[in-house]
Amino acid sequence: MIPAQVRRILLIAAVILALFWAARARLVPESFGAYGHYRGDSVGEIAAWPIHYGGEESCTKCHAGIDEIKVRSRHASVRCESCHGPASEHALDPVANPQPHLEDTARLCLRCHEKNPTRPPDFHQVDPREHRPGIECISCHDPHSPEESAP
Amino acid sequence: MRAKRGDLSRKEFLRAAGGTLGLLAATREIALGGKSSPPFPKGSSYDWTAHQYAMLIDLQRCIGCGRCAEACKLENNVPREPIYFRTWVERYRLKTCGEVLVDAPNGGIDGFRADVPPEEIFRSFFVPKLCNHCNRPTCTQVCPVGATFRTKEGVVLVDRRYCIGCRYCIQACPYGARYFHPELRVADKCTFCYHRLVRGLRPACVEVCPQNVRIFGDLKKPESPLVTLLHRHSVQVLKPVLNTEPHVYYLNLDKEVR
Repeated sequence: MIPAQVRRILLIAAVILALFWAARARLVPESFGAYGHYRGDSVGEIAAWPIHYGGEESCTKCHAGIDEIKVRSRHASVRCESCHGPASEHALDPVANPQPHLEDTARLCLRCHEKNPTRPPDFHQVDPREHRPGIECISCHDPHSPEESAP
Repeated sequence: MRAKRGDLSRKEFLRAAGGTLGLLAATREIALGGKSSPPFPKGSSYDWTAHQYAMLIDLQRCIGCGRCAEACKLENNVPREPIYFRTWVERYRLKTCGEVLVDAPNGGIDGFRADVPPEEIFRSFFVPKLCNHCNRPTCTQVCPVGATFRTKEGVVLVDRRYCIGCRYCIQACPYGARYFHPELRVADKCTFCYHRLVRGLRPACVEVCPQNVRIFGDLKKPESPLVTLLHRHSVQVLKPVLNTEPHVYYLNLDKEVR
């Protein structure tokens, strides 16, 4: 026979436990712990975030001609969106979402090609104060085929 | 001969404990029955157990153009203020006097000014940084609510709905790879562009790098160029002494880089 005072303590403990489990069942999301100590649904939520950069392949589907020139040039490793910016919306609907024009090439090209002592010395660099100051790079150089200069 | 009541032998105790644990594991399996993969985008045959993502960064090729940091901000809607980054480019300048200068003005997005006379510089290079997606992350261990975790592919993520914004993880990361999102009031970090990976795309920083400095790949795919490079080169990780086992590897890393 369990003494009365022990029975009371056991009853109180049982009530507290029941309350704890009831609260836990309500507060902890269903998918918590499905794969580990986290909310399993959050993985799918993060995976569903929208993309902005469509990837090289989404560009070359339509712009194969430009790509053919580029892959044979020294800019072969430069992807379309490196200069033209995120274009996934443009790739989905080119008419409704025209790709914005490039920023001033005198600034854009210098992001990579401005002379800087930290850059690897074999990388092509120019000092914009000495090399045709104020003129857009694109007026002489073709960024899709930088070896060939315009007349 | 049986010992007196309440005096279990070690063998009996271990047997009972093993049985209890087994029973617990079994009930857990039943509770999770059928849940094998999270809901990935519709029509996707993506299997998250088939990948282990990693990145190799070849420092000799980096020109410090900052396109990676810019693309990361655009792809992931990272606040534009120059203190919030998921990836950024650091410039190391080792002076002839022995001093080491490290800076990353606006994460390298606006370029680096040559403000030290070249004759004072002994050696100089750029170091792109991001979350190392550690195999043994310190950040996930300190989260009090289970809002940050490693996926089956080894990507460390933050659950924005579950994060309470206590910032323990920001403190715990030895690489400074996390920041506190000023609008969402949660911890935020590089996801290896998880939303792109499940669609078969490269992370945005890898996509735009004009020098192929960042080589991204899957360690579970032996034919991937990343695995070949890891086979053939001696690579390093940041702060190896911490035993975090990063999945971001560096090629041609200087001992000064921390």
